Amino acid sequence: MNIFNILEDIQKADPEVYNRIDSRRSAFKNLGSFGKKAALAAIPLALGSVFQKAYGQSSGTVVDVLNFALKLEYLERNFYTQALAANGLITDTAAKAALQKIQQHEAAHVDLLKATIQSLNGTPISEPTFNFGKNFPDWNTNYQTFLTLAQAFEDTGVRAYKGQAANLISNDTVLTAALQIHSVEARHAAHIRRMRSKAGWILGAGANSNVPAGAQPVYAGEDNVAHGGINDITSLGGGYSTEIATGAFDEPLTKEKVAEIVSLFE
Amino acid sequence: MKKLQDKPSGKDAGLTSNLLVPMQRRMFFRYAGATAAVTTLLFATSSCDNDDDEAPLDPTAVDLGSGDTGVLNYAYALEQLEAAFYTQVVAKSLSMFNQTEQQIMQDLKGHENIHRDFLKAALGSAAIPDLEVNFSAIDFNDKNSILSTARTFEDLGVAAYNGAGRLLENAGYLTLAGKIVSVEARHAAVIRDLITNGTFSDSANDKGLDPAMMPADVLAAASAFIKTKISANNLPK
Repeated sequence: MNIFNILEDIQKADPEVYNRIDSRRSAFKNLGSFGKKAALAAIPLALGSVFQKAYGQSSGTVVDVLNFALKLEYLERNFYTQALAANGLITDTAAKAALQKIQQHEAAHVDLLKATIQSLNGTPISEPTFNFGKNFPDWNTNYQTFLTLAQAFEDTGVRAYKGQAANLISNDTVLTAALQIHSVEARHAAHIRRMRSKAGWILGAGANSNVPAGAQPVYAGEDNVAHGGINDITSLGGGYSTEIATGAFDEPLTKEKVAEIVSLFE
Repeated sequence: MKKLQDKPSGKDAGLTSNLLVPMQRRMFFRYAGATAAVTTLLFATSSCDNDDDEAPLDPTAVDLGSGDTGVLNYAYALEQLEAAFYTQVVAKSLSMFNQTEQQIMQDLKGHENIHRDFLKAALGSAAIPDLEVNFSAIDFNDKNSILSTARTFEDLGVAAYNGAGRLLENAGYLTLAGKIVSVEARHAAVIRDLITNGTFSDSANDKGLDPAMMPADVLAAASAFIKTKISANNLPK
């Protein structure tokens, strides 16, 4: 592939490309008169800034999504770091190993998101101050409260990434990385749910997940049984139970709903 | 299948290295916002001149189709495989599991069957026919054989959806695929924990990322279990 194919292909997908890059239009159209080798050597830097300008808007959306995800990852990292340091909170060896593994993933997600935001010329938000005890005062002394919050954070993470996938559709690399994080959060959620003797998947809305009233928003809408206009129970196969229909699909959460949940801990 | 388990790192090592992987033409314009990517890209993709070439078509193969339909049929093929597997596990092997595990197997059967039926309904007349599976390599009287096959299918499913997300053009389909993939990841975690507790997320690399695999690699890994020939030649790349 070379620069000429690229511009042709971009034009197929986006007929406006030459208008977007406007002032440089003539420069690109005249490329044909350059030697191919010379063009390849000279063009890349110019292309970078031109495309940044032409498509800067979608890049901004992507950075916003990444900063939104970063806030959640900060929250999770901070939560597990504090919990692992809390005296006498986590005593079981297997549990401790699992939670350390999860903490390491969350820390890696923080690093990856910060680096990605910077690579897109964005500025990563700084770490907020979290107050996990604001609504759950015994979070770092009562193991069950701690696990309940861990489950809520992991399930929220899954729902939050899912809700933002569509906003990343313009950037394949970032979308794929977000999906790769998303499924790891789901694995964490499944393990923590089973540490609480709950199913690894979400059955219906909050009541089945055994969380206190304050954490119910985490599960709002998880009782949905219709997707893309198809009702799982009335339209599919020989009919499925509500448990199977809700457990088989995780639901997205909007940015606003996630912000509401996070505000319980700020 | 061992190969699959060991695959997480390498080309999935993170965003920065992803940008160095040669890309297909149609994806280029989506990268245009990333200044850093562009410089690398022009050189990294210089060997892609022949990327429109396709393998010869096998007239007996089931063609998944093109565009978003092709991608959804690809997911439908994998869900057919998983549904058939757990249906047999529940029919033949349930007595080998304790009560908690039995519930898990029943749930997995239900989830995979509903995924299959949902995708079939969503695809309507564009859906591929029922696939014929080949489970001769699985010993349904051996718990280890069942669990290790389940782990293979679940991890493969997660990697397949993670890799195919970028191939979808329609944001609604992307969200639908997202609703399914996290449940596959929950399955994978639970099956892994049943084999060895604490290994729920050992699929992830040191950046905390699960694998993402492209259709050709996924179908190659799944082909031992599917008798019907499948052509993915028209899928988006």
